[in-house]
Amino acid sequence: MMQAFWAMGGYARYVWPCIGSALATLAWNLWAAQRAYRQALAGARRALAMANP
Amino acid sequence: MTVNISAAAAVILQRELLLGFRRPDQLLQPLVFFLIVTTLFPLALSAQLSLLRDMAPGVLWVSALLASLLSIDVLFKGDADDGTLEQLVLSGVPLGVIVIVKTLAHWLVSGAALVVVSPLVAMALGIPFGAFGTMMLSLALGTLTLSWLGAIGAALTVGLRRGSMLLSLIVLPLASPLLIFGASATDRAITGSGSAGALYLLAALCVLTSTLAPLAIAAALRITLE
Amino acid sequence: MWTWFYRLASPPYVYGFVGPAIPWLLAAAACLIGYGLVAGLVFAPPDYQQGDAFRIIYVHAPSAWLSLCAYTTMAVAGAIGLVWRIKIGFAVAAAAAPIGASFTLVALVTGALWGRPMWGTYWAWDPRLTSELILLFLYFGVMSLRRALDDAARGDRAAALLAIVGVVNVPIIHFSVQWWNSLHQGATVMKFGKSQMPGSMLLPLLAMLCGFMIFFVAVLCQRLRAELLMRERLAVWVREAIRT
Repeated sequence: MMQAFWAMGGYARYVWPCIGSALATLAWNLWAAQRAYRQALAGARRALAMANP
Repeated sequence: MTVNISAAAAVILQRELLLGFRRPDQLLQPLVFFLIVTTLFPLALSAQLSLLRDMAPGVLWVSALLASLLSIDVLFKGDADDGTLEQLVLSGVPLGVIVIVKTLAHWLVSGAALVVVSPLVAMALGIPFGAFGTMMLSLALGTLTLSWLGAIGAALTVGLRRGSMLLSLIVLPLASPLLIFGASATDRAITGSGSAGALYLLAALCVLTSTLAPLAIAAALRITLE
Repeated sequence: MWTWFYRLASPPYVYGFVGPAIPWLLAAAACLIGYGLVAGLVFAPPDYQQGDAFRIIYVHAPSAWLSLCAYTTMAVAGAIGLVWRIKIGFAVAAAAAPIGASFTLVALVTGALWGRPMWGTYWAWDPRLTSELILLFLYFGVMSLRRALDDAARGDRAAALLAIVGVVNVPIIHFSVQWWNSLHQGATVMKFGKSQMPGSMLLPLLAMLCGFMIFFVAVLCQRLRAELLMRERLAVWVREAIRT
């Protein structure tokens, strides 16, 4: 039963990389957005520190 | 201050053409480039005329596309650098008119010239004489459309020192419908299977870009030069 | 009555407004995508022609759809910025570009992987995949142009204009590629008439489509917050926002 699911009727080679790449891109988007936010926050803090030391 | 627009347009056109013909190198270089690229294809693929004839439309159109793009990146650069463009705008002539005249003048010295030499290349690639008319008409429509698209790219990249690569990156994807219709019109003229449909679509694209592109070019110049 | 609309043009209001929404959006997206994956991969019956390979549609179609939506968002937001001189528009456009490009890439990869069992080759110049590839090039053009111009404001406006030109072109490209394909080869189009799809197949697909869209909005909000902080880092409201 479980094995049949993973085998995807013989198309496992194509189905799972597709699901994997889609999930990886979803995860990358989350990570990249979070990183952009943190960098922007750090940049704003630096600008604030420069303005009034 | 009122300006007689048609007189101003005539003066700008005259100046552009004069500048074009005063610098024969700039006029000839795209043409020579066109000839060289079309020579490269038989060398790389095969010299068999039967095989070349199948690929001739594609070879012709890709080469024409690249040749027109290479010449258009200087369309606004010279005038923007030495302040001529600014003076033209200050003179009260609408920017849209300046843009239309400059692009048409550019097409006359590059695109139209390319259409004139295209039979030479067509002969070398084994395109039959019967297809020359359609091929030249499609190239005329196509290079004009490409001049409008290329002018948008040239206006967007006018302030950049090395803008020509970016210009190609921007304009080539936009030009893909053009390539499809143009090459297929030429192809159908060679096989004699009725090229009217493709020519109509090409003409439609030409009308569409001729009406909308001047607005985009003027807006782009306002952005990059203000 | 229109004050809420005007507020949408004010960076501090938008910054504060989208922040709390992000976790909710992400939770909704996770539920929908989770349901879609389980129902689509486990419970939906295999297609009578394509067998289990058709399950790729559950990630391919939402990515392709998202890639177009993100491009349209970019163009519309850019147009709003250009016409009404609303800075938020440019920030949204800048935030949407990388998300859209990444999903265009996913649509291409999954389309090619789907093509292998269906056509026997990864790349068969299928019209939809070809338009998707050209769309990726359009994304690259817009993103490179924004980066190439030194002046940030100028880059924003130039990229917005290019996105608008591109969005006019997208239907033309789509039509021309379809026309070109009908000329050169038989129908290799992936056939999926939505009407003939049974509910057990269609429902997970709709859930995935909605889930991807909500996910896009959530990531767009987070990227928008980053863009706003960066663009307005000298403004008073940013100082107050980062102190707390």
